[in-house]
Amino acid sequence: MNWINAIVQGILLGGLYALFACGLSLLFGVVRVVNLAHGDFAVLAAYLALVVITTTHVPALLTFVIVAPLFALFGYGAQRLIIQKSLDVSPLTTLLVTFGLSVVIQNLLLVVASADSHSFDLGSLISASLRVTPELSIGYVPLMIFVTAIVVLSGLQLFLSRTAMGRAIRASADDQEAASIAGVNTRHVFGIAAAIAFATVALAGLALGSSSSFDPSAGPARLVFAFEAVIIGGVGSLWGTLVGGIILGVAQAVGAQIDPSGGVLAGHLVFLAVLALRPQGLIRARLAI
Amino acid sequence: MTRGKSRDPDELDVAVRVTRSRRSALWGLIGAAVVVILLATLPYVVYADMTDLLVNAFILLVLASMWNLLAGYCGLISVGQQAYIGVGAYTVLVLAQNGVNPYLGIPFAIVVAAAIAVPVSFLVFRLRAEYFAIGTWVVAEVFFLVLIRFRSLGGGTGTGLPGLALIDPVFREALTYWSALAVAAAALLATYLLLSSRMGLDLTAIRDNEVAARSAGVRVTWAKRVVYVVSAAGCGAGGALLIISQLNVLASAVFSVGWSAKMIFIALIGGVGSIEGPIVGTAIFTFIQQTLAQSGAWYLILLGSLAVVIAMFLPKGIWGFISSRLNLQVFPVGYWLHQK
Amino acid sequence: MLEVRKLSVRHGYLQALTDVSLTVAPGETLAIIGANGAGKSTLLRSIIGLHQPSAGSIRFDGRVITALPPHARVHAGIVLVPEGRRLFPSLSVEENLLVGRSSRRPGSWSLRAVYDLFDWMGDRRQEPTVHLSGGEQQAVAIGRALMANPQVLLLDELSLGLAPTMVRRIYGVLPELVQKGMAVLLVEQDVAQALRIADRFQCLLEGSTTLEGRPADATTATIEAAYFGLAGRTGPGSAA
Repeated sequence: MNWINAIVQGILLGGLYALFACGLSLLFGVVRVVNLAHGDFAVLAAYLALVVITTTHVPALLTFVIVAPLFALFGYGAQRLIIQKSLDVSPLTTLLVTFGLSVVIQNLLLVVASADSHSFDLGSLISASLRVTPELSIGYVPLMIFVTAIVVLSGLQLFLSRTAMGRAIRASADDQEAASIAGVNTRHVFGIAAAIAFATVALAGLALGSSSSFDPSAGPARLVFAFEAVIIGGVGSLWGTLVGGIILGVAQAVGAQIDPSGGVLAGHLVFLAVLALRPQGLIRARLAI
Repeated sequence: MTRGKSRDPDELDVAVRVTRSRRSALWGLIGAAVVVILLATLPYVVYADMTDLLVNAFILLVLASMWNLLAGYCGLISVGQQAYIGVGAYTVLVLAQNGVNPYLGIPFAIVVAAAIAVPVSFLVFRLRAEYFAIGTWVVAEVFFLVLIRFRSLGGGTGTGLPGLALIDPVFREALTYWSALAVAAAALLATYLLLSSRMGLDLTAIRDNEVAARSAGVRVTWAKRVVYVVSAAGCGAGGALLIISQLNVLASAVFSVGWSAKMIFIALIGGVGSIEGPIVGTAIFTFIQQTLAQSGAWYLILLGSLAVVIAMFLPKGIWGFISSRLNLQVFPVGYWLHQK
Repeated sequence: MLEVRKLSVRHGYLQALTDVSLTVAPGETLAIIGANGAGKSTLLRSIIGLHQPSAGSIRFDGRVITALPPHARVHAGIVLVPEGRRLFPSLSVEENLLVGRSSRRPGSWSLRAVYDLFDWMGDRRQEPTVHLSGGEQQAVAIGRALMANPQVLLLDELSLGLAPTMVRRIYGVLPELVQKGMAVLLVEQDVAQALRIADRFQCLLEGSTTLEGRPADATTATIEAAYFGLAGRTGPGSAA
């Protein structure tokens, strides 16, 4: 392994982190909720995909067709039934509720699926890679995940800026009261935003399952990486999650080059440095989301 | 105080008398002192199982009270106080490895944890309330990842606590029990003193309405910082007690987010924003833990679901529910208005 | 068309409105006047559904709407231009107007119609609203409300923070709207401006109605008395 390889791996890893981060950022930007079970839901999606694969023999890469819409539906319901109710109690109640949900999900998965780790069987695709130069090869799977992240972020950006629902979401995020008196059904709009956020969480979970192994306790680490990507990139910026994800990924990859067990710590230290020196993140948000 | 209307327009013609505490609260304090004395005699009366259980309960009580200070009075929900539990435990370990008696290490653990909390507070306070939770978690993770690099401290596989091998086991357990009781009583006393002081008034104002408090001149950030440091100190004491009672330390256990989970559950069950809440919560939680801990994952599923339900439907917890119904308060913080 | 019956609203321990009643007919302009804290804004916000009353009811076209959420009332035809404009900072002028169309009520108002009403707006429609002056923002806020094709337009303190000439210009737009059958219920601190433009007026003091009638019939003295709660005032709802 050399430095160029490490940096490229880090950049591609940033795509995975961006997929995790955009749902967290969207939900917070619109509904003002930090979902502490964010990572656990992604892991849940990965397990769900496993179930789909074993029962219907749908190829692993296509499971998103089933899992993402399911999660979107679930997200809408969760927002209108649970999250909204928690918000009505107090803004910080959602932290406690999602924390409780995190514990429940992890242990339910433990009971149902055991502590063994799994990953998707992608056959030869797992190790297939693009040989760019004699020293540099890019894995197909990380590349596909990176491309997926770009597609998702672009799609989100277009949706938010060009569609009526996107406008309604941005307006509700700006000023919920003013949106409601302009005729926007803000509860429904928040549900849609949550549905989209949960759909991205599902995609993130599937990306996780495709690129590495996962077990019931893998959620919290994903939450932390998503959070770090959001903060590094800049709260309130969608493309910031990609920038933040890439910086985090590169920090981890370079850190691992220096010390095989030091990758995660390197990422944390970069995050803390950004927090200390430029807490608003790298990209200044013009929009609420 | 004169009765009847006064001619002086500046003198309030108010039919109300303001006092600091009520008769029942005084009995509450006396009762608490009696309870502590009774508890102190337990090592002579019961088996080690019971004192062990109580040591763990006392540790949880300290941790939960600290978490409650942060969440209930400052609106800061931390999922990272385990950072200071670890700091406390490892401080005692380092001192013991250098010849200091572990029991004497407890005050050092408190001081070190508080000292580290000060610069950390400047970092984590940059995060808005909702992201503050994860931020504190990251800090705990960093402490963990850094500490396991030190082989002399046991690295990732843990190490034993030296310095206690020569003490008679029964006496050691009693000593540990008394230390835990002392720390728990001190923590509650400190909380009570803090909340009934001028700072306590500020904190209650912040709890009720932070923006209003700030515009009334309360130094909100300073108050939060004080609470954060006090909370860290308490958790440091908890960590010190932990290593002393277990006689060894395992980094992944002592820095585990499971401690935050326990603090959260206790605070939710008992009620946040009062001194009595964590006591009630610890009692109930310890009971649940004793009866169900063998069930492993199901026990945690139950706790998590309970947390969700209580947070949404009984946000003041069980003590909060009781105290608001019966207008009851054991620890006399706050003021009472009496009609003349 | 719009009927408020004995409405009482509390904010926590504070009684903001007590037994307030009013009616507005199509094509009519009713002005609510009163000092700061009299409850004028609370009245409008309750009509649009942002506050739930503790007593009383609100009827629109014969239908009781007291329990409807705000967006449903907009759909029925009641639209509020809130105090302080409350434009969406992340959205451009045009996007703000388009959000006003969320209720999808049928009617003649469209982007083109709004740009005709305010001739400068079309050229600046892509700009972020934070670049506009106070008066321009007020125009956008009115435009946003018009996009919902309201039958009843609620205006809350249009003149706040605006220069007098700008205020006159903004209010100058109203007669055209009313001609098409829209009813207007406006809250205004500038009493003279309010009485100039209203068909009827109602004065609130500490949450209760102290005077109502036609501007032509009321004298300055009676209005002052009702406004400030001086002794010897006339009109319904007067308290000792």
